[in-house]
Amino acid sequence: MTTITPYRSTAQEARDGFGQLLHAEWTKFRTVRGWVIGMIIAIVVTAGLGVLIATSTGASCAVGNGHTQHAVACGGPTYAVGPGGVLVQDQFYFVRQPLAGNGSITVRVTSLTGLSPYTGPGPVPPPQHTSVPWSKAGIIVKNGTSQGSAYAAMMVTGGNGVRMQWNYTGDTPGLPGAVSAASPRWLRLTRDGDTITGYDSADGTHWAQVGTVTLAGLPPTVQAGLFVTSPHQFTYSAVLGSGTMNSSPTQATAVFDHVSRTGAWPAHEWTGDDVGAGGNQLSSGSPGYQQAAGRFSVTGSGDIAPLIAGATNDGPNITVRDFLLGTFAGLIAVIVVAAMFMTAEYRRGLIRTTLAASPDRGRVLAAKAIVIGLAAFVAGLVAAAGTVLITTHIAQRRGGIFSVFPEPWPTELRIIAGTAALIAVAAVFILAIAAIVRRSATAILIAIVALVIPFVLSAPPGIPSSLVDWLLRLTPAAAFALQQPAPQYYQVQANYLASSGYFPLAPWTGFAVLCGWTALALVLAACLLRRRDA
Amino acid sequence: MSLRAAGLSRSRYGSRAGYGLQTLHAEWTKLRTVASTGWLLLGAAVLTVAVSMAADAAVTCSSSGCQVDTAKLSLTGVQAGQAVVAIIAVLAVGNEYSTGMIRITLTAMPRRLTVLAAKAALIAGLVLAAAAVAVLASVLAGRLILPGHGFTTAHGYPALLSLGNGPVLRAACGSVLYLTLVALLTLGVATAVRETAVATGLVLGLLYVFPVVTSVIGNQHWQRHLQQIGPMTAGLDIQATAGLKSLPLTPWQGLGVLALWAAGALIIGALILRFRDA
Repeated sequence: MTTITPYRSTAQEARDGFGQLLHAEWTKFRTVRGWVIGMIIAIVVTAGLGVLIATSTGASCAVGNGHTQHAVACGGPTYAVGPGGVLVQDQFYFVRQPLAGNGSITVRVTSLTGLSPYTGPGPVPPPQHTSVPWSKAGIIVKNGTSQGSAYAAMMVTGGNGVRMQWNYTGDTPGLPGAVSAASPRWLRLTRDGDTITGYDSADGTHWAQVGTVTLAGLPPTVQAGLFVTSPHQFTYSAVLGSGTMNSSPTQATAVFDHVSRTGAWPAHEWTGDDVGAGGNQLSSGSPGYQQAAGRFSVTGSGDIAPLIAGATNDGPNITVRDFLLGTFAGLIAVIVVAAMFMTAEYRRGLIRTTLAASPDRGRVLAAKAIVIGLAAFVAGLVAAAGTVLITTHIAQRRGGIFSVFPEPWPTELRIIAGTAALIAVAAVFILAIAAIVRRSATAILIAIVALVIPFVLSAPPGIPSSLVDWLLRLTPAAAFALQQPAPQYYQVQANYLASSGYFPLAPWTGFAVLCGWTALALVLAACLLRRRDA
Repeated sequence: MSLRAAGLSRSRYGSRAGYGLQTLHAEWTKLRTVASTGWLLLGAAVLTVAVSMAADAAVTCSSSGCQVDTAKLSLTGVQAGQAVVAIIAVLAVGNEYSTGMIRITLTAMPRRLTVLAAKAALIAGLVLAAAAVAVLASVLAGRLILPGHGFTTAHGYPALLSLGNGPVLRAACGSVLYLTLVALLTLGVATAVRETAVATGLVLGLLYVFPVVTSVIGNQHWQRHLQQIGPMTAGLDIQATAGLKSLPLTPWQGLGVLALWAAGALIIGALILRFRDA
């Protein structure tokens, strides 16, 4: 019995590593002139629309944005800047005394009432006595009386119970429930060096600590005392197909008693100060305070909070994200290229050559995905970074005509890199869809319906925002959340609309939705590519 | 020997009208026998109605203060449905070029403009029919859904959305025409650029870029002008039944702008088809 050795070719094995495959796919991509031009068009369109938006914004600044007190004047609006560079609104009535060194202040709040104007259509009746949910009254320790200076405060609110807030963005809840004469709230702030601690109590004997914050660089002498403020009420309605923003001032009055202090309070008299007075008082009352027999009645209007960007709010109405609105048009160009990168294989019969050269079909798909993903990422990065650079330059040159919401650099980086990542993953998504349906028109249709239409519906006002929010949660277009320019603060009432860049999902969650869809499409594409005849 | 010399083109069909009819019949056969045409027409109608219904369901009117253009709201789906309509028109031309069929078509029907006219007539007819169904269903859906969301006489709305109401009828018929004109605009672009994918990207970019960009431009002068020239922004003015004074164009002027875009695209497409090698 003889053993037969199977025939083995003596020819040298050719290299068939994944690197080779990548190189082959890259060669296919770069040698089709139309595809490279398509990517360049994506960059040019994104940047071009950004420039168009940057150059055509702001000439109507005298009109301002509605009834807000920050009506944008052509001289350029000025905003107070808080600790950490956040643009803030710092406007409240302050009954204060200097506090030298460490010490504490304790008060009892027995009532908080509000005065809100009528915001509906038709003739204007007298203001209504309702307090807005985020009207605030309490005690505050603040680094001076200039707008934007560091502070920590304990307060009762119109509808959100007791809160401790500090440095405009910090917020911690204390006792729930509304304040009244029958159920008063006791508040206490103690200062120990840079550390401020807030306590609350329902009866003045049992105290609970609400929070401790460190205000870096607090000087030895600070201003401390009572404050009351009540924010603008924003209403937004998609009236007759176009959005209308309305913002009207409100006012709150609080009654304090049992004011007690420890530590050194060198001034013996209280001083009333309308910090950041901006003429937004209601006609039937004005900020001020009355003191009688240890009882203080303080009336104030405004807010101590971060400014909210966007055309429908009172902060700067232009953000970097607005300059990047053209991303969706660039994305359409990338969609076309990515779809053709796959379907061209089928149309020209090239797929048979490709698969003969590299029989592992899953690897072919992976190589194609990497090549188109990287190419799209580079195009997206150039487009986003270029657009941001050029438009910020234009905005600076036209400075004073309009102001752009300043981004901290991590946010700006996330917006730029996120835009590139969005375009890259979207390109892979479309490649997978194209591998499934094999026809460019169908693939593009699916991509447009999934990615572009939800975004387009979200951009102009007039489409019901709950519909838009659902589309931006479920569809791959959720990834546009990567361009969200500013956080939503639950403790600041404002118009957080998708059209101003406030998406229903957090930036990276939205991106995860797109990645999920892409993974699903890739798995399906790999299965079909293996099972079906090429 | 050219076909014309062989007497194929005119004599066999008898008359010019006969030739046109034959071309129409040939184009109809091509469209009819491709499975995707029917599916896409169905898809356009379904997407239009679905998005319209979702928009209806997403709004509630709780007081007499809400001012919503209910006709425009219940026709929201047109903004999404037009993408599918564009694909239908793109494929009618793009398929010919991607398969090489165009050479056979032009050999059999050497009058290129007649071929384009026949295509345009057929696509317009098909889209008109599908759009009519979709728009009727959308209005009907609005009529059924909206009263349940507070759009009642108590809040200042006529009880039901009705085509008997002049402006609503104009909005509905105008939306059908809008979708038809989008199909013709796309047909012109697709004839000019020939490549399915590129034509789709171009048309959808052209349609959607105007509403997105005008939504952030603060300069009202620019905004108004861009809304006036954008095929989608101007064309959709036809859906407005309230607040007509604040529109940048009157409804019919707006639809006229879209018609100009469609005519321009068709003329460019026709010139390229006539003078360029297939």
